[in-house]
Amino acid sequence: MTRLERNERLTRVALLLVAFSAVSILLVITVFIFGEGTPVMFRYGLKKFLFSLDWFPLEKSFGLLPMIIGSLFVTSGALVIGVPLGLACAIVLTEFSSKHLRRVLKPVIELLAGIPSVVYGFIGVVILVPFIRDHFGGPGLSVLAASIILGIMILPTIISISIDSLEAVPRTYREGSIALGATRWQTTRMVMFPAAKPGIIASIILGMGRAIGETMAVIMIAGNAAMIPRSLLDPVRTLTSNIALEMGYAAGEHREALFATGVILFVIIMVLNTVANVTSRRRSR
Amino acid sequence: MKIRVDPRVEQQLVKAVLWLFTGLTVFILFFIIIYILRKGLPVISLGFITRNPAEMGKAGGIFSTIVGTVALTLLAVLIASPLGVGSAIYLTEYTRETWVTRVIRFGSECLAGIPSIIFGLFGFILFVAKLGLGWSLLSGGLTLAFMILPTIIRTSEEAIRSVPQTYREVSFSLGGTKWQTVTRVVLPSALPGIATGVILGIGRSIGETAAVIFTAGSSLHLPTSLFSSSRTMSVHFYILAREGISMANAYGTAAILMIVILAINLAAYGLMNRFVRKYR
Repeated sequence: MTRLERNERLTRVALLLVAFSAVSILLVITVFIFGEGTPVMFRYGLKKFLFSLDWFPLEKSFGLLPMIIGSLFVTSGALVIGVPLGLACAIVLTEFSSKHLRRVLKPVIELLAGIPSVVYGFIGVVILVPFIRDHFGGPGLSVLAASIILGIMILPTIISISIDSLEAVPRTYREGSIALGATRWQTTRMVMFPAAKPGIIASIILGMGRAIGETMAVIMIAGNAAMIPRSLLDPVRTLTSNIALEMGYAAGEHREALFATGVILFVIIMVLNTVANVTSRRRSR
Repeated sequence: MKIRVDPRVEQQLVKAVLWLFTGLTVFILFFIIIYILRKGLPVISLGFITRNPAEMGKAGGIFSTIVGTVALTLLAVLIASPLGVGSAIYLTEYTRETWVTRVIRFGSECLAGIPSIIFGLFGFILFVAKLGLGWSLLSGGLTLAFMILPTIIRTSEEAIRSVPQTYREVSFSLGGTKWQTVTRVVLPSALPGIATGVILGIGRSIGETAAVIFTAGSSLHLPTSLFSSSRTMSVHFYILAREGISMANAYGTAAILMIVILAINLAAYGLMNRFVRKYR
């Protein structure tokens, strides 16, 4: 073996090791979050963690149900706002706008992804929360405020992945439909949409993941009371805010319980990621 | 009975609704940008940028938080870029599609989906607590690096893939080895695309709060080493706004954040455009 060949082989091995960095990091994160969070769950019983309504960490009562339901509420709310807006943008950009307009609009909309989440939260606090308080009643810090802001925050995810999957539909599909005399909208609804469906569903699931995982914006506008909200105008605490609110001062079992919150969040996100991954792969086959 | 609407009328109606929604989205974006800039720009002065915060941020400027942001972002990018580009090179140049590449891709996609608060928890328990690095630039930089790694992998992979195959063939035919081909032909051609990924990673690092606050801490002092705790602009803005310390300074900080983010996105967009045009 010449020196050159040996070097080439070494590079290959080194690169393989580097390529595994993302997977290894994922594994290490899993190990540490679970290692820190699961012992306390089993000490007090998984059932208590998942189904008890009482979160009084200082009295060792760690019921996460209000937060699980809270996360579910604001995420559903975010989807109600984000899915129609996002899909509309995706359809307009792929089907109903000129090339020039698209070249301007797409990067503009992608800018939404660059705005830091604290800025979204802040806009929520100074504009949306007072508006809700004055016009609908309640404290303003509410499920509604969190849903609206999260709905806006998941737009870039939904829009860009939907656009990708709409653009991946072969041109001949659209041309065939138009040639048969269908209107642009009929073509979109009956040909493009069904063909791009797996990708669009994946975009919605990933948007859901973003909404569930969002922290700082939600803390600022959701009110954070650890109770199940009775209306859209009630305050709500999500899994993410539960962690971020109390991490600063928690110690001992309290801190472990926050990691347990992280474990639940982690499991939800991994399930969503896997589902999105599987649905969008079905398309490419 | 089903009412039949003329398809052309239906299309006009639907089109109106779709454009309304799109218009609303664009309006929201511009509203946020303009609102923050209008309230924040008057606060910004040379002193605001060059003076350190005083009285917890109530007075003075934001100099130390700018330094903290730059240091943390630089650190994250320096750690993540070699790993990300290396991964991309392996995935594109050194292997075929096998279960190994599928595992690597799936891992990277999952990592991209993990919420920043989980990164914060992880960074806190591993770097701050177990490894004893404390709240420091190093803990924060490592955590952020892990967070932006998937972005850099994905964009680098796309960039390397779009370099025409003929470039590689010419290099091989001239007797170039694989590594020579990669470093002297493929990477230089893919550089603008790779840079786009790095710039996007910078943008994410600058805007991040949840992962940073638990790993780099929130000290207002100028960082003096990798082991000093430091507050970034985003964290500073969050604390100012949430604790109601100073709304004026919060707006000022937000405006600077927005300007930086806008500039970064513009740069990424410009680079990507030039890159895409080159190989079309």
